[in-house]
Amino acid sequence: MVQTKKDPVLAVLSLSGGNDGLNCVIPRNNSHYRDSRPTLAVPEDQIIPITDELGLHPTMGPLKKYWDEGKLAVFVGIGYPVPSYSHFRSMDIWHTCEPEIIGTEGWLGRATKQMDPNSENVLTSVNFGRGLPRALVMDGVPVASVGNLETYGLLTGIEGENQRNDALDVFGRMYAPAIGTGAVMDYIHQTGTDALKGADILSTAPDKYSSSVEYSTTAIGQYMKNIAQTHLAGFGTRVLYTTSPYNGFDSHANQAQANAGLLTDVSNTVDNFMTDLREHDASEEVTLLLFSEFGRRVIDNGSGTDHGAAGVAFAVGEHVKGGIYGTYPSLEPSQLEEGGNLKFNLDFRSVYSTILEDWFQLDPEPIVNGNFERTKFFA
Amino acid sequence: MAEKDIALMAHLMRRAGFGASLDEIEAKAAQGYDSVVQELLNPETQDAVDEDLLFRYNPSYYEAAAIENNVQQWVWRMINSPRQLQEKVALFWHMIFCAGHSKIDSGQEMGLMVDIFRQKGMGRFDDLLLGLSTNPGMMYYLDNTESHKTNLNENYGRELLELFSLGVGMDEEFNYSEDDVKACARAFTGWNIAPPYPPFPHGRSPWEFRFDPADHDTSDKTFLGETGNWNGNDIIEIVCKQPATARFLARHMYNFFVADEPQIPAWRLTPPRDQKAIEAMEKAYWDSDHSVKAMLEVLFTSDFFKDEAVRYAKVKNPTEMVVSLLRMTGEFKGYQPGLFDASQEPKYMGMDLMNPPTVEGWHTGREWIDSGTLVERINFASDMLGNTELEGVKSLVNRLMGMGDKLSPEEFVNGCLDLTGPVVVTSDTMSQLIAHATQEGELSHGNDKEQSDFTRRTGEMFQMIAATAEFQFE
Repeated sequence: MVQTKKDPVLAVLSLSGGNDGLNCVIPRNNSHYRDSRPTLAVPEDQIIPITDELGLHPTMGPLKKYWDEGKLAVFVGIGYPVPSYSHFRSMDIWHTCEPEIIGTEGWLGRATKQMDPNSENVLTSVNFGRGLPRALVMDGVPVASVGNLETYGLLTGIEGENQRNDALDVFGRMYAPAIGTGAVMDYIHQTGTDALKGADILSTAPDKYSSSVEYSTTAIGQYMKNIAQTHLAGFGTRVLYTTSPYNGFDSHANQAQANAGLLTDVSNTVDNFMTDLREHDASEEVTLLLFSEFGRRVIDNGSGTDHGAAGVAFAVGEHVKGGIYGTYPSLEPSQLEEGGNLKFNLDFRSVYSTILEDWFQLDPEPIVNGNFERTKFFA
Repeated sequence: MAEKDIALMAHLMRRAGFGASLDEIEAKAAQGYDSVVQELLNPETQDAVDEDLLFRYNPSYYEAAAIENNVQQWVWRMINSPRQLQEKVALFWHMIFCAGHSKIDSGQEMGLMVDIFRQKGMGRFDDLLLGLSTNPGMMYYLDNTESHKTNLNENYGRELLELFSLGVGMDEEFNYSEDDVKACARAFTGWNIAPPYPPFPHGRSPWEFRFDPADHDTSDKTFLGETGNWNGNDIIEIVCKQPATARFLARHMYNFFVADEPQIPAWRLTPPRDQKAIEAMEKAYWDSDHSVKAMLEVLFTSDFFKDEAVRYAKVKNPTEMVVSLLRMTGEFKGYQPGLFDASQEPKYMGMDLMNPPTVEGWHTGREWIDSGTLVERINFASDMLGNTELEGVKSLVNRLMGMGDKLSPEEFVNGCLDLTGPVVVTSDTMSQLIAHATQEGELSHGNDKEQSDFTRRTGEMFQMIAATAEFQFE
C-alpha cells in the first residue's frame, strides 16, 4: 500500500503493434541473442548497461536516468499462458484480462467503476486518441475520448467563437432534461449533457498550462503532453490513457531504423513527461505504465521480426521501486515456446493486481478475474 | 409531389439502404413506392457496382489482405452500390453472424465472408446457413476447426443454435437443450479448413473449406427430437423447419429494419413489440419455403413499416450514421481520396466493422450512445452537414433559396429540417432552433452579401440539426 499526498493517478502508454522486447531490454552478453539476430543484434558497446546481464537499447538513454534514480521498474518475460499471435486478440487479452473467453469489460473501466461508482466525475478516466480502447470500456462508465485536446469539444466545426458559443448554448438547452420523451431520449439527453460538461471542463486544460518542457510533435509526444495538461489542470482524473499510433511497433521489416525512431520518441517523451510533472510538483501521485501486446520472434527475418510471445513492460514514477521484475526468459532454443518465441514467466495480471491494490487501493480480484501473485514494485 | 410521399420514401431509403440525396429520394418517390421496393428486393435487376472501375480507382482493394482495405471497400460499396438493400442486408447478417478480425486475422477472409452475406443474404435461409457453415473464416472463428470426432468442441454447434437460428427461447420456453447442442456439434465434426499453402513466397492465399469424412462422427444423434446419422446439412434442414427459427429471423428483421427491440438475450422472456408484424413475417417464411426476401417484402410493404410511429424509432448504428451522411452530402461518389479516414469513423463511434466485440455482436439501440461516441457522432454529422462547400450541401442550400426570396426564421428552420431528413423534432427542440434563427432575423439572398449570410446561416443550422438528440435516430 502506497501513501500519496494527492489521489493516486495512473497514466498508460500502450505501445501498439508488438514491441520487440529483446531489442529493448537486451540480454547483452547472451550468445544466443547474437546468433539469433544476425541482422538486428545491437553491438555490445552501444547497449546501455543496467545490470550485469541486461542493457537498454542505445536510443533509450533518457530512461537510464530514472533507472539510476531507482524509479524505473522493468518487467521482463511478461505475458500470459497460451500466447495469441494476433495483435487484436492479444491486445484484447491485455485490455480485458480474459485470455480464454472474449471479454467485453476493460480492466480500467472496472477500476473506474469502483473508484467512482455513481459517475460523479465525468472525467474520472480520460482517453487520448480516437475511439475508446477496450481497457476503458464498461457499461455505465462515462469516459471522455479526446482526439485533440486543443480542439476537443462539441460542434468544433463551427467557425467564429461567438457563433460556436451560441450554438453550444442552444445545444445545452436542447439536451436539458426533457420530461416524457421516452427512456432512450432521456438517456441521450443525459449523455449529451455529460459530454458537454466534460468537454467544457477539458477545454480549459491547455489554457491553464505553461511549461518549459517541449514535447515532440509526434502523436506520442502530443498525447503525453495532453495527459500532463489534463493531470495538471486538477480535474480529479485518475486514469489517463493513450496508445501509440496503431501497429507502429509491428516491425516485420526494416526494424533497425523504424524502432530506433520509435524508442527515441518514447524515451524522450517519458523523460519530458516526468520532467514536466516534476516542474509542477505533480509527479508524486502519478505512475506511468508502458506495455505492448506481445514481444517478437527471437530469430530475426533478415529485416525485422515476426510476432512473438513474452515481452517487456515498464513502470516509471516517484513511488516505483526500480529494478528488474520477472526472470529474463531463456533464449536456449530448447527453452522457447513453440514457434521460437520467449516463454512468459510474469503474468501481466500480476502487475495489474499490484497497481490496483497497492496504488489505487482497490480489490484487484474481480477486476483482473482472479488472484495473481503480486509484483511488489511500489516503494 | 406530396410531402408525405417524400417522407415515406426517405424512410424506406434510410431503412432499406443508407439514405439518399434529396434528388434521389424525389425521383424514387415519383417512381412509386411499390416499384422501388421491388427494385430493392431484386438487386439483380439493378446495376451492380462497376468492379473494373472500383479496382482501377483503388488497386489496393483487389484481393486485399489488410483489414483496412476490406473495410474501405465495403464502405465504398455502401455509398455507391445501386443495390442498396443488398449492402444493407450484408450489414444485417454481419451483425448477427458475427465473426471478427480480432481472431481471424485476415482481412481477405472477412471480405469473403461479407460477400456471402451479399450474395446469399436474401435467398433461402437454409442456403445462407450452409454458406455460413462452410465459410472457412467462421469455422475457424467459432473453433469448428478444433472440433473432432474424438474430441468435441461445442462452440459452433452452440452458437449456430443460440445466435444464428433458433435463439435461446421464445414464449418463455427454451428452444433447445444441452444435448441438442452436443448433437449439433457432433454433426459438424469434420467441417474444417484445408491446410493453408505456406505464405511464402507469394503471400497468403484464401482459406478453403474441406469436409474430412474420417473426422466426422457417423454415429446416430438425436437432435430436436429427430434421430439419425445427421451431418451438418441435416442439422441445417431440421433447424430451418423450427417455428423458433422463423420467429428469430422475424424479430431480428423487425429490430434492424423497423424499430429497436430489447437486446436479444431478453427475447425468450420478452414478447415482440409488435406481435402481428412478427406473425406476418413468420407466415411469409413458411409460405415461401424459407425465403428471406419474402419476409422482407412483407416487411417493407406493410403498414407496420410505413407507420409514422416507427419513423425515428431506431438509434442509427454508426455505419448508418456515417454512410448516410456521406450519401446525403455526395461524398466519395466514384473516386475521391480520403476514404480511409471516413471508413474509420464508424469505429470511432463504437462499431469497428468486420471486427465485432464478440460473437454476440454489438449491442444496439441506446447502447450505441455513450459520452465518447456521442461526441464523435455529433461532430462528424455536424462537420459533414455544415460544410457548405460539399456538392450535396450546396444543392440543399440552393433548394432552400428556391423556397422564396425571403424566409422567416420559422420557414427557414422547417426548410432545413425537411431537407435533411425530413427530421422530426420535439416541440422543445423546434422552439430552440427557431429562437436561434430569430436572433439574426429573416433571411434573403438578393445580393452577394445576403447570399453569403444565407449560406453561412444554413450551414450553422444544419450543424445544430445534426447535433440534436433526434438526429441520433432514423
